[in-house]
Amino acid sequence: MKYYRSHVLVSINDTSINAGVKDFIQALRAELAKTGLQEEINVLETGPLGFFGRGICLTVYPENINYQDLKTEDIPELVNEHFLKGRPVPRLMLDSDSKFSPKLNYDQRVVLRNSGIIDPENIDEYIGVGGYEAWEKALTQMQPMEIVEEVKASGLRGRGGAGFPAGIKWSFSAPLEAEQKYVVVNAHDGEPGSFKDRLIKEGDPHQLLEGTMICARAVGATKAWIYIRGEYKLCIQRLEKAIAQAREYGILGKNIFDSGFDLDIEIKIGAGAYVCGEETALIESLEGNRGNPRWKPPFPGVEGLWRKPTVVNNVETLANVPFIIQNGADAYRKFGTPECSGTKVYTILGDVAHPGLCEVDMGTTLRTIINDYAGGMKKGFRFKAALVGGAAGVILSERHLDVKMDFASLNQYAAVLGSGAILVMNEHQSIVDILWSILRFFRHESCGKCAPCRNGCQQLYKLINKIKKGNGTMDDVEVMLTVAEMMQATSFCALGQSPIMGIRSAIENFKDEFIAITKK
Amino acid sequence: MAKTVNVWIDGNQLEVPDTMTIIEAADKHGFYIPRLCYHPDLPPTANCGVCVVDLAGSPTPKRACCTPVAEGMKITTNTKKLRSYRKTLVEMILSNHEVVCPTCVANNKCELQTLASNLGVDMEALPSILIKKPADDTSLSIIRDTNKCIACGRCITVCNEVQQVYALTMSERGIDSHPDTAFAHGMANSPCVNCGQCTVYCPTGALRERSEIDEVWDAILDPEKHVIVQEAPSIRVSLGEEFGMPLGSVTPKKMYAALRKIGFDSVMDTNFTADLTILEEGTECVAKLKAGDKRPLITSCSPGWIKFMETYYPDLADCVSTAKSPMSMFGVLSKTYYAQEQNIDPAKIVSVAIMPCTAKKFEARRPELRDSGYQDTDYVLTTRELLRMIKEAGIDFANLKEEEADEGMSFYTGAGTIFGATGGVMEAAIRSAYFLVTGEELENLDIDAVRGLEGVKEATIEVPGFGPLKVAVAHGLGNARKVMDRVREGLNTTGESPWHFIEIMACPGGCVGGGGQPYGNDIASRARRGLALYEEDRNLPVRKSHHNPEVTRIYERFLGEPNSPLAQKLLHTHYFERSVNTGQVVREVTHKH
Repeated sequence: MKYYRSHVLVSINDTSINAGVKDFIQALRAELAKTGLQEEINVLETGPLGFFGRGICLTVYPENINYQDLKTEDIPELVNEHFLKGRPVPRLMLDSDSKFSPKLNYDQRVVLRNSGIIDPENIDEYIGVGGYEAWEKALTQMQPMEIVEEVKASGLRGRGGAGFPAGIKWSFSAPLEAEQKYVVVNAHDGEPGSFKDRLIKEGDPHQLLEGTMICARAVGATKAWIYIRGEYKLCIQRLEKAIAQAREYGILGKNIFDSGFDLDIEIKIGAGAYVCGEETALIESLEGNRGNPRWKPPFPGVEGLWRKPTVVNNVETLANVPFIIQNGADAYRKFGTPECSGTKVYTILGDVAHPGLCEVDMGTTLRTIINDYAGGMKKGFRFKAALVGGAAGVILSERHLDVKMDFASLNQYAAVLGSGAILVMNEHQSIVDILWSILRFFRHESCGKCAPCRNGCQQLYKLINKIKKGNGTMDDVEVMLTVAEMMQATSFCALGQSPIMGIRSAIENFKDEFIAITKK
Repeated sequence: MAKTVNVWIDGNQLEVPDTMTIIEAADKHGFYIPRLCYHPDLPPTANCGVCVVDLAGSPTPKRACCTPVAEGMKITTNTKKLRSYRKTLVEMILSNHEVVCPTCVANNKCELQTLASNLGVDMEALPSILIKKPADDTSLSIIRDTNKCIACGRCITVCNEVQQVYALTMSERGIDSHPDTAFAHGMANSPCVNCGQCTVYCPTGALRERSEIDEVWDAILDPEKHVIVQEAPSIRVSLGEEFGMPLGSVTPKKMYAALRKIGFDSVMDTNFTADLTILEEGTECVAKLKAGDKRPLITSCSPGWIKFMETYYPDLADCVSTAKSPMSMFGVLSKTYYAQEQNIDPAKIVSVAIMPCTAKKFEARRPELRDSGYQDTDYVLTTRELLRMIKEAGIDFANLKEEEADEGMSFYTGAGTIFGATGGVMEAAIRSAYFLVTGEELENLDIDAVRGLEGVKEATIEVPGFGPLKVAVAHGLGNARKVMDRVREGLNTTGESPWHFIEIMACPGGCVGGGGQPYGNDIASRARRGLALYEEDRNLPVRKSHHNPEVTRIYERFLGEPNSPLAQKLLHTHYFERSVNTGQVVREVTHKH
């Protein structure tokens, strides 16, 4: 193996591809060759780095310096100054004051432990960091029920939003006798403000495949589907590549590792309706039908895809599984809180200094996430509110900053972790505007199947529109609550049951704004 | 196997099979749970949310229509919260509904109106969110008014799951979602067979027949016109309850009296041509049997079935009897035989049919049904439209003095009247075919194997000189598919059909369950009306079509004999292949003799 003085990790993701990263890398390599540094500086294409800058971003090791928004014109300066002379270029750095460097807490990560380090398109690199060891262990050393028990013991809860214990979900399907069972990976990632699953898939697709394989083995499924939204071109491409590599290596296919177990994984591209993130609507869509939810019971675990027992898990949930099987439930329980073990991947957006992605222990406070991982508020702005959990989430105020972010703690505030989206707002933002935006979203995304949601979302949108324009009264605010509460109680699926979250929290936490904007 | 479980509804312990939903258990034991989209005849669409109940241990209420019962389940149907939810919900549904109750065809029959009234909703509670859209009036039979539609999905369920016609689906999303035909091309340009089951199950007035009441009144009030009316078998057992009489009252003579009071010039009866149909179709059947034809003969009375066959089974069109429906036989005879007998210029005759059926409106306008030289049947009114006319005329139906029909085309036998119930045509045909084959009269006239509401009924009748006659009866087009698929498979594999003679009716229950029948036309009332027809049959002096004296007379004076050249010209027809996408004619598949 060659020895390099420095490693340059270039994030290849949808954003950087749009910014021209492929040409950029070619130019960078050419420039390094020109200066004779090609043997000293290694340029690696990798997944998300754990922070978001604009455009093309890269991290230079061992200095741990992050650059953002790079252009091809910047290459000569970067190579000359940084790589040749060892003088980083503050002008191009993520934080030009060099005061903030995102906390790249690799030792505290589970899901993103390889992201930004290995080449996601190379199965050997994944195997090189211990990848597929858990799969081999699950297949050759463990009985299916042992896997289920291990996952149960780990306390892993679903990361899609509802937080249902994964091991228990598996235990419903595992003992069922059926000619065919399925695992479906919910890679829809539809929550506004959240794109964590995209980054997990872009950064480490093999880990997701491995988690899916272990789940399939545990429940006895010989076929798994990854339901992924069509916009995620790079994810789809990387997952397809990963599946092909796994098949080639005999990690997927017939009689894997001579265990007698067969498994194949296929990708299904969805059209991106929000409701298709709901597991039963996802199943309908996967079957080729209109993406409307199904009534539960029967639950998918008993009658799911094509009426066969089906385990539907979120990407992040499954990406946790290889670690649990490899290191054991106890090792996993060291992360997080006793009630909610493990880590959580968040996407932090809005008025923070460094919008980005982080993986932290369950139970980390909102304040820590914002300050340590997103660089605090944007310069010159004060924190006002955070929308936590996406459109189906709640609007928290300053007094909630020390809330521990885990399923149990948030429950006390009638809040939800949701899919881990955190949208931070400064003091100039209008809560009424945010609520308007949320309700417009629900109006657009209601599938129309049931009367409460179909009509309710329209009523709520009309009411908030009226209020936003200054024509509403506090009576209208009350009507919104009445309608949304009724929707929570009577809507067919979680979509229609959700608008109450944002409405109630907005009105409770920011009542003054509603009083100010409405007519007396 | 169903197990019995214990559940508690509002504190009352009940033992129910675990295959039931909460609402079924509640209905069975007399506990009322408010509902809107749920209908006991149909699988739940779980759309409206009105039927939510509290379950002990569940954080949110659950829909009673689709939540199965489970051991130990504790159900509360009425709480302050539930009442408030239901009220707000219905107020909200009304906020997206065109509330024009007094002018609506469903007034006083509308399930939304009744629920709103029962719950005591406040019409002012929520502003209207209705976005008005034009109605779909492309169809000759059915008008779809989206402004009254609450998108409950019953029409889609009955169209796709019961009838398996697949004309309707949910279109668009969210607030814009509504039942529609493919690409919104309209009912006339869809595989819709006009059966009208959607109009029967629509809880509001969003789906209704294309009304021809005004045209009929105009004809009646035109002194130049001679307006002759015929009534299908089912009508006589479907009018009474609207006027406080028991469900299934047999009222042919009050019906004649009412029609005469409305002003029809000549009151005849479709049952007469039902008997005539038996002779035409029976003769056709016997000829086929004697010739050893392996292809079955299938009845042709039901226009919904005929369009369905033309759309989905055109390859089997030659198996369908060429005999026109009783309505169309009456239509053509009213402008030929009747005109000749009465010495009336057929151009002045307006032939009106009262039918339990919306598809008959389409049938009447088929271009090939003009063998009289005119449109054979001018107007078709559904049972619902006749009820409206009786009310408009202010007739006290229940207390009407009974009257006889006019003579010539009104005498009917028990065989003719049971045409209205599923299996009735088969039974009537067997009574006469037996005679036509053997020359002997059938002794036991009640052929129970073909009666009742089982979806597909089969029977084998020993006919001396022929052997076992295998017959099948299907009602509801979903059941028709089962039969037709087996016929097609049989013919394509062994070259033989599993049955010699098949009766198919488009609507579940037969014509008594037709799409033009009064609102509230559920399976239970179809059964009751069917029984009423068998009761009338039992009490009639003549019970076999070949003994109908007026039928004998028309052959003597006009037609010659069954299947004669004139009968072929006037009483028989031919069929087309239709596009599954557009419902339009692609080509002619059988030809007139």
